[in-house]
Amino acid sequence: MEILNSILPELIRIVICAVCGAVIVFGNALVMGYAERKLAGHFMLRPGPMEVGFHGIIQLVVDGLKLMGKQLVVPAKADKPLFMLAPILAFAPVFIPLLVIPFSDKLQGFDLDVGLLLILAVASINVLAILIGGWGSNNKYSLFGAFRSVAQNVAYEIPMLISLLAIVFMTNTFSLREIAAAQSPVWFVILQPLAFLIYIVAMVAETNRAPFDLPEAESELTAGFHTEYSGMSFSLFVLGEYANMFIVCSIATVFFLGGDSGIPLPYFEYSGAIWFLAKVYALMFFLVWIRWTYPRTRFDQLMNFCWKYLIPFSLVNLLITVVMVKLI
Amino acid sequence: MKSYFSELFTGGWSLILGLKVTIKSLFSPIVTVQYPREKLEITPNYRGHIDLVKDPENGSHKCITCGSCMRECPSDCIVIEGEKREGVKGKVLTVFTLDFTKCSLCGACVEACPTDALDYSNEYELAGEARSDFYFDILKRVEERK
Repeated sequence: MEILNSILPELIRIVICAVCGAVIVFGNALVMGYAERKLAGHFMLRPGPMEVGFHGIIQLVVDGLKLMGKQLVVPAKADKPLFMLAPILAFAPVFIPLLVIPFSDKLQGFDLDVGLLLILAVASINVLAILIGGWGSNNKYSLFGAFRSVAQNVAYEIPMLISLLAIVFMTNTFSLREIAAAQSPVWFVILQPLAFLIYIVAMVAETNRAPFDLPEAESELTAGFHTEYSGMSFSLFVLGEYANMFIVCSIATVFFLGGDSGIPLPYFEYSGAIWFLAKVYALMFFLVWIRWTYPRTRFDQLMNFCWKYLIPFSLVNLLITVVMVKLI
Repeated sequence: MKSYFSELFTGGWSLILGLKVTIKSLFSPIVTVQYPREKLEITPNYRGHIDLVKDPENGSHKCITCGSCMRECPSDCIVIEGEKREGVKGKVLTVFTLDFTKCSLCGACVEACPTDALDYSNEYELAGEARSDFYFDILKRVEERK
């Protein structure tokens, strides 16, 4: 009974955190799915979705219902267990990073000492899901998409890690809350502009979004790794993608944009969380903006850019940071 | 080594210029016309199917039922009938139909008309469910327009 009393609060906390995480994942997918299509329209002087509800506001709900009603088609010679496992593997891990993201001082699931490591480790599972999905589909386009995704994600994880490592050297901690708290006078985007730039580029590549959307390049590979997926198994990939966007933008906010810091809004306890979400969605808007601006890179350009520019620059940045930290 | 950095800067600058172009278009007005609800003004030069011109003098049409258009039509899609009436000079038009399923919009009827009674209409919403939707009663159309 005493054991139960000691672990019960923790269990309740875990359940509440998981529910909040699910709300964030699905709510974010609804908001971003609508915002992305609407913004895509306005970038091309079109109105975007207009038919369902006022200015198409419930279009995503209708789309979700349609996807749920669709049949899950498994190709005849596909590797069925792997084929069905891949969307789950792409979607399930996105809840874990949400547990350690500090939305505000009080609004955080768990403040782990190794928060950053946890996020980066779990985020890498996405690559495995894409590889499994592409391999299990028994389709050349899927396989090409999966290969590209693995090469791209492995390459771009290096500059991403190194640029974040510069911040870790400055703050001496992996805990996200302490990193956010460490930039109360100046945000790290001012002290580490190069690391921020490198992180933004690597972040776009990590989430497989345009201009680095080679794994699903529709003009070359029909839909890349999710060519053979239909209905909910397809939408799990999309949900995972949007949740990953949210996670990488949250990391950028915590590491470079001061986390929840901002002008305190009057009479409101959770102004920190509002500032945090405002920064995250500003970054998401930027992601949508560059998606509808830049054409897709060629694969050799993609790899050249990473290995010849991003990694050397991030290493130099890290070296300078280390020297400065030692001297000051 | 020099080209390594110059490429980086020219490339980066072009990326910023690209972002400027798209953000401008984000805040530009939408050019899409929501068709069934909004319609564009159609140019008067548009050549739709033929229509009888309304005569401002007598409020009716100028057709004298000569039958030039019917004879000139290469697709045989115009049918005209007229009759003599007491007290009226010349023939009176009683039937003017156009079989638009056969019409090739060549305009020979408009060219042939001696009184300029025919002209192209601005009708472009011509979807129909049956063949019979395209047998137009031109005479009825001009009377309805009065």
